Amino acid sequence: MKPPAFAYRAPESLQEALSLLADHGDEAKVLAGGQSLIPLLSLRLARPTVLVDLARIPGMASISESDGWLVMGSMVREGHAERAPLVGRLAPLLSAALPFIGHPAIRSRGTVGGSLAHADPAAELPAVALATDAQLVATSAARGKRTLPAADFFRGFFETALETDEILTEIRLPPLSEGTGVCFQEVARRHGDFAMVGLAASVRLANGTIADAHLALTGVAPQPIRASEAELALIGASPTKAVFEEAGQLATRGLTPPSDLHGSSGYRTVVAQVLVRRALRVAALKAGADYEELDSGRGDLR
Amino acid sequence: MSLSAKGLSTDEIFQVELTVNGERREGAVEARKTLADFLREDLALTGTHLGCEHGVCGACTVLVDGEPARSCLMLAVQARGSAVLTIEGLAQKGELSSLQQSMWDNHSFQCGFCTPGFLMQITALLEQSPNPTEGEVREALSGNICRCTGYQSIVKGVMAAIASSNPKDVS
Ligand SMILES: Cc1cc2nc3c(=O)[nH]c(=O)nc-3n(C[C@H](O)[C@H](O)[C@H](O)COP(=O)(O)OP(=O)(O)OC[C@H]3O[C@@H](n4cnc5c(N)ncnc54)[C@H](O)[C@@H]3O)c2cc1C
Ligand code: FES
Ligand code: FES
Repeated sequence: MKPPAFAYRAPESLQEALSLLADHGDEAKVLAGGQSLIPLLSLRLARPTVLVDLARIPGMASISESDGWLVMGSMVREGHAERAPLVGRLAPLLSAALPFIGHPAIRSRGTVGGSLAHADPAAELPAVALATDAQLVATSAARGKRTLPAADFFRGFFETALETDEILTEIRLPPLSEGTGVCFQEVARRHGDFAMVGLAASVRLANGTIADAHLALTGVAPQPIRASEAELALIGASPTKAVFEEAGQLATRGLTPPSDLHGSSGYRTVVAQVLVRRALRVAALKAGADYEELDSGRGDLR
Repeated sequence: MSLSAKGLSTDEIFQVELTVNGERREGAVEARKTLADFLREDLALTGTHLGCEHGVCGACTVLVDGEPARSCLMLAVQARGSAVLTIEGLAQKGELSSLQQSMWDNHSFQCGFCTPGFLMQITALLEQSPNPTEGEVREALSGNICRCTGYQSIVKGVMAAIASSNPKDVS
């Protein structure tokens, strides 16, 4: 359980880091918080020749607001984001999801950018990025900056749109519209484990009906997915039990979640349906839906 | 491009200077050496235990600049310039910290292998929030594994330490 030998650099500028990546291509790997990469090295599942540590580059861990958007450097630690009041105010869905990641000692080192770049199929933050229509900024020495919508960023099992010479440098989350409620829910075997199924949800109400809904599931496919069919069906509907129940069915239509020793595909499907129902209820209440109207009808939605 | 052409080598030796338990310490390491192995092998601080060596058991937890960190998931080179607190730094002048004493009094360990990690994790929690609820304590400890105690005595020891340092809250 010891990492293999590798060359190491901790550049003090982004330029220097980018040129190391440009020189070494897929032999090089970025080291952010190390909470996924170092276990992979120790288990010898990854064998990069060069590690480029981003921790000493100034300015990559800043959190700020720009025109109502939350703008974060990719090296913001998960624990720092969790405690940052600005994140709570501008991106409540992100704040709600962060405590589900591992344990305090993981979040104190792990970074927001690292989690997105790693793209674990059961990770929380990719679902949040997808549900919030986040924009991810990738930078390379050769091509400069490009901005990717989260919908184009996650490409598959541990796979993103990042090229080997690119660093994810910035994450931008758009402002929430008036009347929006959010909710993050997940089911895991033990607290701190990766989700068996997780869901990032937001609902916007206007005049008592659903004007917009975003649902992103994690743990049910090789990459996080938006439940577009369910989202469409929700628009214009009233926030009621029956509507949310139906959304749960639609959200899992055509999905074949993975089976493993923690849960079968069928089990994960049912869990996803229940999470959709529950999270929509909480999000709608936060958006100002009427408690009684919402809870009238049959079935237990808590 | 080849490594050597860029002045890089996989067996380069790095100087590591950091503060451990309030003292300046230094060493020379390969990049691949974890902070845990550096503490244990180079600094002879063997109180930091290694269980799984891939981040899941919490035995190796230390504080880095005041925050809990798995020392098996951090390279010694990443800790350059940091202030590290290990289990050896908890007792002052041979006297156990109140948390240590309380865990002793409540039989919060049997074999003791996991204990340094638990103590460091709780020390970090109490620094951030001095009067946590039992739920918050359990949540903070959820990343530390103990094969002996069944956890109840650990939680009891921690809650007793909290009660004794927040006397007004004892009812
Ligand atoms: C015990 C344990 C439990 C965990 N539980 C969870 C959990 O429940 N949910 C969860 O989501 N995660 C969990 N994690 C993983 C944790 O969230 C990691 O911190 C995260 O996945 C990776 O972030 P990092 O900063 O540590 O990245 P690293 O480990 O440093 O890097 C991960 C990968 O991303 C690449 N990378 C990192 N940053 C960038 C960048 N800016 N640009 C380009 N590439 C980059 C690296 O090259 C590497 O391939 C857990 C980890 C452990 C050890
Ligand atoms: S030895 Fe570090 S977490 Fe298990
Ligand atoms: S006391 Fe033996 S592992 Fe915890």
